[in-house]
Amino acid sequence: QNRAPARVSVHLSSAMSWSPYTDNGGTVLAVAGEDYCIVAASTRLSSGFDILTRDSSKLLQLSPKVVLASAGMQADMKALQKMLISRHVMYQFNHNKPMSVTAAAQLLSNTLYYKRFFPYYTFNIVAGLDDQGRGAVFSYDAIGSYERSGFFCQGSGKELIQPVLDNQLKAASPLVIPSKSDLTSLPLEQALDLVKAAFVSAGERDIYTGDQVEITIMTKDGTRKDSLQLKLD
Amino acid sequence: MSNEGGFDFGGVKRNAMLEGKGMQVPRAWKTGTTIAGIVFKDGVVLGADTRSTSGSTVADKNCEKIHFIADNIRCCGAGTAADTENVTDMVSSALQLHRYATGRPSRVITSLTMLKQHLFKYQGHVSAALVLGGVDMNGPHLFTVYPHGSTDSLPFATMGSGSLNAMAVFEAGFKDDMSREEAMALVARAIRSGIYNDLGSGSNVDLCIITKDKTDYLRNYEFLQQKTYVRQFPVVYPPGTVTVIKERVVKLSLADVTVTTVEPGATEMDTS
Repeated sequence: QNRAPARVSVHLSSAMSWSPYTDNGGTVLAVAGEDYCIVAASTRLSSGFDILTRDSSKLLQLSPKVVLASAGMQADMKALQKMLISRHVMYQFNHNKPMSVTAAAQLLSNTLYYKRFFPYYTFNIVAGLDDQGRGAVFSYDAIGSYERSGFFCQGSGKELIQPVLDNQLKAASPLVIPSKSDLTSLPLEQALDLVKAAFVSAGERDIYTGDQVEITIMTKDGTRKDSLQLKLD
Repeated sequence: MSNEGGFDFGGVKRNAMLEGKGMQVPRAWKTGTTIAGIVFKDGVVLGADTRSTSGSTVADKNCEKIHFIADNIRCCGAGTAADTENVTDMVSSALQLHRYATGRPSRVITSLTMLKQHLFKYQGHVSAALVLGGVDMNGPHLFTVYPHGSTDSLPFATMGSGSLNAMAVFEAGFKDDMSREEAMALVARAIRSGIYNDLGSGSNVDLCIITKDKTDYLRNYEFLQQKTYVRQFPVVYPPGTVTVIKERVVKLSLADVTVTTVEPGATEMDTS
């Protein structure tokens, strides 16, 4: 007998709807050494194919030993930064000392998970020097899952940069006995050179990374800033 | 199942179902792009950037977007790279056969009609947005062609994601009967504005100046920016980094080798 014609319905996957989130692009990365920590972030802010500004900062220096770097949506980044600054002031009031990088790392995780069902659209890295003066890098997902490591990269250029860092900086497996530190043994100048070269390469292939790179370097002697010019196209 | 010609849309339902289940749709390379053209006193100047993108990644940092149609006709292409490449190649070949059939040099409007009829037939599925320019026995011509097959005839035109950036420069700077140098400078400025301010466009400026007597294809007319950093501690992998398990040396017999120097810019299609 004849079959009834099959109902054809192709659901357009690109149905129009309002989204509370936008992606403002950009890449951040951090590298931890035996006695230093380098944090770098691109300064281009974009929306779609437009550049909003060539000159915006993704870094927040919470204290001389703690920096927060956030890629993703700038509005949520600003809100998150305000929240952490406020909590840091309260912490200093209660504890009579600035937050350590490990304390800040936990605080950020809790803050992000608090908005588990309407997340901050930020991809964060907390970096600095721990209480022993050694470099520390903590990487996060949007809802606060975090892990300490020797280096990490977030943002639009992360797939371009992370493999390079893995190749150049990756320490031995954490399962090796005796356990080897995951901090890079490279001296500061060489690690900085690698960070700059990685950003230049990411700037070539990622349209959202460019203009300038803002770099913060923390050592026991204090915090210094560096910058790198990238291509403007 | 018989295929009556044209595109076979049989996979659309299946693809939609797979996409709903989370399949990553493969991205076509698009040319992001800023392309522009201007009619000046003696002919037309066409310009284009050289970045091709796949999503937000740059696929080709120095691709060629000014396509050959005929000795006196060129076409800049924006949209899906495969579509612009193939449609211009197809029309270029068809036009050559047309020249043999008619015994006359090609007119720009002939290539225009061939392009628009092809694109309309495919109802916009061939995603090619073109700026077509050339000089024939009726003078200089500049046209835009849209993916669905509509065309405009204009004294100055821009297409692509950087078209608004380039058009702003044109609207401010265009005047009738410009000299060759003025027209080249204006087109280069328009493309540069797309390169710096549109994320879908980038790298270098290509120009092509077509006049009654000759066509100059200036590949990489402006080479805008070198890499901004040179490594101080370059990584060198010493021999032995990778363990060689097996080695086999094949001697190639020496062939007759002739070395010819290619003139920069001589990238015209060899029709001999």
